[in-house]
Amino acid sequence: MADIAIRAVRKSYGKNPTLHGINLAFASGEFVVILGPSGCGKSTLLRMIAGLEDITAGEIAINGKVVNRLEPRERGCAMVFQNYALYPHMTVAGNIGYALKVAGVPKAERLRRIEETAKIVGLSDYLDRKPAALSGGQRQRVAMARAIIREPKVFLFDEPLSNLDAKLRVIMRAEIRKLHQRLQATSIFVTHDQVEAMTLADKLVVMNKGVVEQVGQPLDIYHRPASIFVASFIGSPAMNLFEAAVDVDGACLAFGGTKMPIDRALAGRLGARHVTVGIRPEQCVVAPEAKGVSIKVDFVEELGSGRVIHSELNGHPFAASVDEHTRARPGDRITLELPLAQLHLFDQETGRRIHVDLEPRAVSSAASHPTLQAV
Amino acid sequence: MDKRAAFRSWWLPSLFALPQIILILLFFYWPAVAVLRWAFTLEPPFGGAAEFVGFANFQEVFADPLYWNSVGVSLAFALCGTLATIFIGLVLALAVDRQLPGSAPFRFLYILPYAIAGPAAGMAFRFILSPERGLMASVNATFPDFWNPAKYGSHALLLVIVVFAWKWAGYTFIFLLAGLQSVPRSLIEAAAMDGCGPIRRAVDIQIPLLAPTLFFLLVIMMTEGFVGADTYGIVARTTDGGPNHGTDVMVYRIVEEAFRGLNYSGASAQSLVLIGLIMTFTFIQFRFIERQVHYK
Repeated sequence: MADIAIRAVRKSYGKNPTLHGINLAFASGEFVVILGPSGCGKSTLLRMIAGLEDITAGEIAINGKVVNRLEPRERGCAMVFQNYALYPHMTVAGNIGYALKVAGVPKAERLRRIEETAKIVGLSDYLDRKPAALSGGQRQRVAMARAIIREPKVFLFDEPLSNLDAKLRVIMRAEIRKLHQRLQATSIFVTHDQVEAMTLADKLVVMNKGVVEQVGQPLDIYHRPASIFVASFIGSPAMNLFEAAVDVDGACLAFGGTKMPIDRALAGRLGARHVTVGIRPEQCVVAPEAKGVSIKVDFVEELGSGRVIHSELNGHPFAASVDEHTRARPGDRITLELPLAQLHLFDQETGRRIHVDLEPRAVSSAASHPTLQAV
Repeated sequence: MDKRAAFRSWWLPSLFALPQIILILLFFYWPAVAVLRWAFTLEPPFGGAAEFVGFANFQEVFADPLYWNSVGVSLAFALCGTLATIFIGLVLALAVDRQLPGSAPFRFLYILPYAIAGPAAGMAFRFILSPERGLMASVNATFPDFWNPAKYGSHALLLVIVVFAWKWAGYTFIFLLAGLQSVPRSLIEAAAMDGCGPIRRAVDIQIPLLAPTLFFLLVIMMTEGFVGADTYGIVARTTDGGPNHGTDVMVYRIVEEAFRGLNYSGASAQSLVLIGLIMTFTFIQFRFIERQVHYK
């Protein structure tokens, strides 16, 4: 159990900066997921916490103690690697118990703890095997057991599930979550998979190009993405983003022949400018012709439980999730209602969220009145 | 899909293979057959008809106590030389593999000795370790006769082993460094997370994973130590097999017998014994040591 503070941490390889001043604080026992596309610096940050990578500037503190100059073994972290990094010449038991052997734990106690740990991850029957004789999921479990047995203050996971097939990934995800509930150690989990991130995290950190885009609870981030990047990265299918002009005099958002009325005072506050509007595919509602924006169906993705309609709006790709009863074929025109309450506005220059409530608070039953006017 | 090119005629592919076949016949099979023939005949040194003598050449060789001395010297030379080269190469490779700042030039420097001819290295070391004027001269000044390869056979043997190790450590270094670089970096990192320092990591993780390379080098270096051209060159230029046959390794003795003593038949018999010895050693290595090797 340990809290972690990351203060103004930078990393450069030669002259190429990869992390531009990261500030983060993780509470003890928290399950933190760091999410970002490949190359965003998330693994580098994790490896800096582990002590496998030098810190160019700034400091990292575990339990209040600055660890910048400590060797990995002195930091009390355990790590699960993406490729598992199992020692191929040792048996499963040897792999799991290696840290204890290095620490000089007597053999009897070592064996007892190996048995215990193997039981937790369901490997009791495989202790004598070599890693080469294990399946991907079993190797993953060995890697976890090797981390668990050390009873670390901090668990570090470096994309541990990305080498597993889809089904196993879901199972292991649940097991990691269960394990965390049982061990309550501070865990940092790096991934590029937003579903993993949403399902595992107590606290989600979204990174892009070496900076932290947003920190918060997964649902908060889903519902109130702080930037265009976060909005497009989280959620599947991705959030629809298109350009619109704020019409102050007409008190509306104008895009592609559609005018969407907004509160007059709000329009004044936004000022006459272009903004990026976002709406999640699952928030689009199929509506009667007069009430929404008309789109032409390009193609339809069948998901079984529903379908995703792909089309174009104002020159940008646009997707809408509909239920299985809505029929649509390529070439059809359908009308979608874009509820005002579900729209996100982003500044076009900074890419940051514009914090406004488009839906006036007074009107609560938004679904019943027309929110869109076809021109 | 069969990707081999098919020839319709038999003579065209044979023509392509001919240069290689000629080289092998000329420089490998012909001498080998000649040695085999000479070993069982009495070959007159200045030409003329040879006389078949059966195993008489072998009996003569085995009856000579100096021959058995040279077998012992060769064993000591090959074993010590092999272990020393592999150990030095391994230590250097482990050090360079850590990629500490400034380690890049050493990767190049450590390989350099391999590019120097054995006899030349032997000459250089004769001066460097000369008891009167070399590095050991000051020690000899305090402890007379502490180091004198011209007088003591054991010192001379140590001297040629040092030259051999100096030259061939660069060779083992290349292989071991390549082997180390194929050990996944994440394994080293995992060991670091598990609490290992650099030496423990080397002993527990890197060296076991290097086992195939180490085994290969063991076989190659043992063979090199027994029959390598360098083994002859170093001994000939550094100690001349002396003092008192103290460095009279088998290859040196064979060449001396054949070309200075003009005893072709005796030398051929010794050659066959040497080949048999190497085959035995290689067999033992594959039979008993390779079992301990884990290939990935």
